[in-house]
Amino acid sequence: MRAIHRKLLRDLWQIKGQGLAISLVIAAGVTMFIMYLSTFESLRRTQGAYYERYRFADVFVSLKRAPLWIEGRIEEIPGVAVVDTRVVANVTLDVEDLDEPVLGRLLSIPERDTATLNDLALLRGRYIEPARSDEVLVSEGFALARGLEPGDSVSAILNGRHRELKIVGIALSPEYVYNIRPGEIVPDEGRFGLFWMGREALATAFDMEGGFNDVALTLRQGAVEADVIAQLDRLLEPYGGLGAIPRALQLSHWYLDAELAGLQGVGMIIPIVFLAVAAFLLNVVLTRIIAVQREQIAALKALGYSSREVGFHYTQWSLVIALIGGAVGTVGGGWMGSGMISLYNQYFRFPFLEYQLSADVALGAVAISFVAAILGAFGAVRRAVRLPPAEAMHAEPPASYRPSLIERLGWTRWLSQPARMVLRNLQRRPGRALASVIGIAFAAAMLIVGLFFVDAVDELMFVQFNVTQRQDVTVTFVEPASSSALHEIQRFPGVVYSEAMRSVPVRLRHGHRSRQVAITGLPNGAELNRIVNTSLDAIELPPEGLVMSAKLAELLAVEPGDSVLLEVLEGRRPTRRVHVSDLVEEYMGMSVYMEAGALHRLMREGNNLSGAFLQVDSAYVDELYRRLKAVPAVAGVALKSAAIDSFRKTMDESMGLMIFFNVLFAGIIAFGVVYNAARISLSERSHELASLRVIGLTRAEISFILLGELAVVTLVAVPVGLVLGYGLAGLVVAAYDTEVYRFPLVVSARTYGFSALTVLLAAVFSGLVVRRRLDHLDLVEVLKTRE
Amino acid sequence: MSLPMKSSDSSSRSVAEASELVFSARGLTKIYRMGEVEVHALRGIDLDLRESEFTVFLGPSGSGKSTLLNILGGLDIPTAGRVFYRGGELTAADDRELTQYRRDHVGFVFQFYNLIPSLTARENVALVTEIAPDPLTPEEALGLVELTDRLDHFPSQLSGGEQQRVAIARAIAKQPDVLLCDEPTGALDLTTGVVVLEAIERVNRELGTTTAVITHNAAISEMADRVISLGDGKIVSESRNSQKIGPRDLHW
Repeated sequence: MRAIHRKLLRDLWQIKGQGLAISLVIAAGVTMFIMYLSTFESLRRTQGAYYERYRFADVFVSLKRAPLWIEGRIEEIPGVAVVDTRVVANVTLDVEDLDEPVLGRLLSIPERDTATLNDLALLRGRYIEPARSDEVLVSEGFALARGLEPGDSVSAILNGRHRELKIVGIALSPEYVYNIRPGEIVPDEGRFGLFWMGREALATAFDMEGGFNDVALTLRQGAVEADVIAQLDRLLEPYGGLGAIPRALQLSHWYLDAELAGLQGVGMIIPIVFLAVAAFLLNVVLTRIIAVQREQIAALKALGYSSREVGFHYTQWSLVIALIGGAVGTVGGGWMGSGMISLYNQYFRFPFLEYQLSADVALGAVAISFVAAILGAFGAVRRAVRLPPAEAMHAEPPASYRPSLIERLGWTRWLSQPARMVLRNLQRRPGRALASVIGIAFAAAMLIVGLFFVDAVDELMFVQFNVTQRQDVTVTFVEPASSSALHEIQRFPGVVYSEAMRSVPVRLRHGHRSRQVAITGLPNGAELNRIVNTSLDAIELPPEGLVMSAKLAELLAVEPGDSVLLEVLEGRRPTRRVHVSDLVEEYMGMSVYMEAGALHRLMREGNNLSGAFLQVDSAYVDELYRRLKAVPAVAGVALKSAAIDSFRKTMDESMGLMIFFNVLFAGIIAFGVVYNAARISLSERSHELASLRVIGLTRAEISFILLGELAVVTLVAVPVGLVLGYGLAGLVVAAYDTEVYRFPLVVSARTYGFSALTVLLAAVFSGLVVRRRLDHLDLVEVLKTRE
Repeated sequence: MSLPMKSSDSSSRSVAEASELVFSARGLTKIYRMGEVEVHALRGIDLDLRESEFTVFLGPSGSGKSTLLNILGGLDIPTAGRVFYRGGELTAADDRELTQYRRDHVGFVFQFYNLIPSLTARENVALVTEIAPDPLTPEEALGLVELTDRLDHFPSQLSGGEQQRVAIARAIAKQPDVLLCDEPTGALDLTTGVVVLEAIERVNRELGTTTAVITHNAAISEMADRVISLGDGKIVSESRNSQKIGPRDLHW
């Protein structure tokens, strides 16, 4: 090994505490980077392979009923490659150990061949046999949640008749990677079961012989998706087509993509903060080292080392620190990434999901840590390179001090001599003080970023379940019912109060943009399901026009006052131009509302309802559920308590660990910054402090001079950090702003308090570490050295 | 400019007027800015140093002697005037060329040794032998200053005199053409200073290295071939010793 490299290693060993602190900050950033991006990549790769191997379709459409020969007409549409028609039906399941009704969805599969599109991955058991009409395959999520095995049976109400479905196998479909019940926020797999049944048996049960009500198709290379969809919709309109959707809007795919986008966004933002802090710390430490090694630099130059070699030598300091951080972070990120994947494996159902840390991501991590190292080293090393060797021979001239601003304002009498030294020292290096303030502020900010998710989720749940959706139970009907249905439901046991809900599938068009959504018609003055503005006050729906979520307005590029073309996709399918009256900020999905009366007028119907919101007496719920299960007209029953439970469970499982690590990492930053600042002050001023001790100042007094400076810096930094944290939380919220969900930017006093306290504790801890060194200051040794 | 390579032959051990010119400086002026004050470190110096010559620059602090040495060694550049090293102009060289010049031709010894504290004696010397074109081994260089038994000691484990001898070993390990010493005994006591001066004298005598030593100690001038006295940035006087005295016989 060359002597210059030995110097590097031994010098680094000298500053191992500081070096390690910086390495840890880099490691934390790299860990996050690797964890998020490798998870993103693994999911993306798995998604692609799964879709390809199991022939996931490009376009999907549901309809009322079309005769089989239409399939040939669909195939003739230019750009269509493969067409698969199916029978799909939602049913109520009767699960033995559960009183509440459970939603089941039956999907037809060929009795003999495998499905041409959206093929099943058979995990266990066997495929159905042609002659046995009661055999079904069940989705893995439901089977796991309900403890179902091949050989078990499930009782379902098919078209008003009880049927026993015999499970012969457990399967997965690329259509249901994220298996969410329509209208819910997070999957609750025990309450939504998928069953694949032979085509003939299913068609017979639902009077669909010789017909179909669901189409999936793939496109030829170069086909224009929008054109195919337009033609398909025209073709299926007479058959009650509900509007075709491209893969991008297919529910499972849509959620999966939103999650992937969030992972990628956060995986980019958070590591940048850590690496920026690391770069700053490296800069401070290297600047100090180069000041201490002035004469060594002069010697190296005098010996014939070129400026470039000297520059590279000091750059290597930071590269070694970054390399250690990068290596630790890569291992840590890989470990945490594989943990994160298994977490995702609970929500996304893939037949295979392998965690893979690609060389690209690992190299990317090493590259960004090197970039941080080089950026951090740059300014400091440039000074070393520029230092004229003759000048470096001499010690630095004594620093020039001035009376501090406070003293010049004439407030001197309030300041003790040590306090004046603290202030003057801060003022002498305002850049340094500012940099420390920013570094510590980032620590506080990262804590806020780590913790505010709890606040955001709390707020989201509060708004979702306490302010807007105040009903206990939502009942949806198979077909729109007349207003008398509400009176009937009102008479069910335990129903305290009920409100009608009308939901109409529509397509909204504005220019070339369009979206399929369901318009929810609500009565004004509703008590249960309410629409609220940003201050959470219930708003009145206008007598005409639409109120839509701001996210949907953004996607359609409309503003209040604009009009959109509204094509109803059920009943007489009227098409109207309707103006947008108002926008509401909502956290979940993309909703459109209309006053119930206006919606009925639009539909030219009476007070029809698609379902009802119920407030129930908890003493009677079991009986209510039993009754609802037996009503064939009821398509689904959604329970708020179940939704809250599954939401909480999902959030707790996925967020607990994340928050723990975020806080840990932010703590590392706080300690790293404060500890470094303290060590550097100590190194710069040990001569001065030792002199003061010799004069007769006590340890406590010199500690005050050194640590007082840190205390001032920390106290200034904390409020700055809280503001910065709010801003960074805003960035994270923006990264998670997807069509599926958005997080409210809410930071609670508790989060601010905890963040501030953690930073202060980290500062006190670093102060104590430095104080210990101060107590062991060897006066003679320090004064002997030439400074 | 292209600086001349190391002289191929330094057989002439005695100093003669006829021997080759190593340094030639004309009208050297150096002005520093120290905050708001201008310091005239050198005010028009003319100087010639010859092959294998042992020169002592004598003067009080602030006389400009360190500045002169730094300019000769390529560590500093004058505000005005020209310096030639073996016919090549140092004052026309850029940073890269000056680095190459120092690397290949100059050995420096400083008052405060400027050893790298994290490297052992051997490694401090290796720092130079690893980049010089035709070096001694670190062991040979340390042998010349009689430190063979201290090879693996760190600077903090060595006395001041030993540290300075390591610095000398480091300076001569590249077999420099010129050895420039800035107050080499300034931080040492008498006895230790003598050992260090012996080492320098030995290098000059045995290797024929052109040597310049800066000191404010007039006694040291007796071991030189030539003594140049500086004062206030100018050459005050110049003399030649007919008889050199060994360091042990100097009267301090």
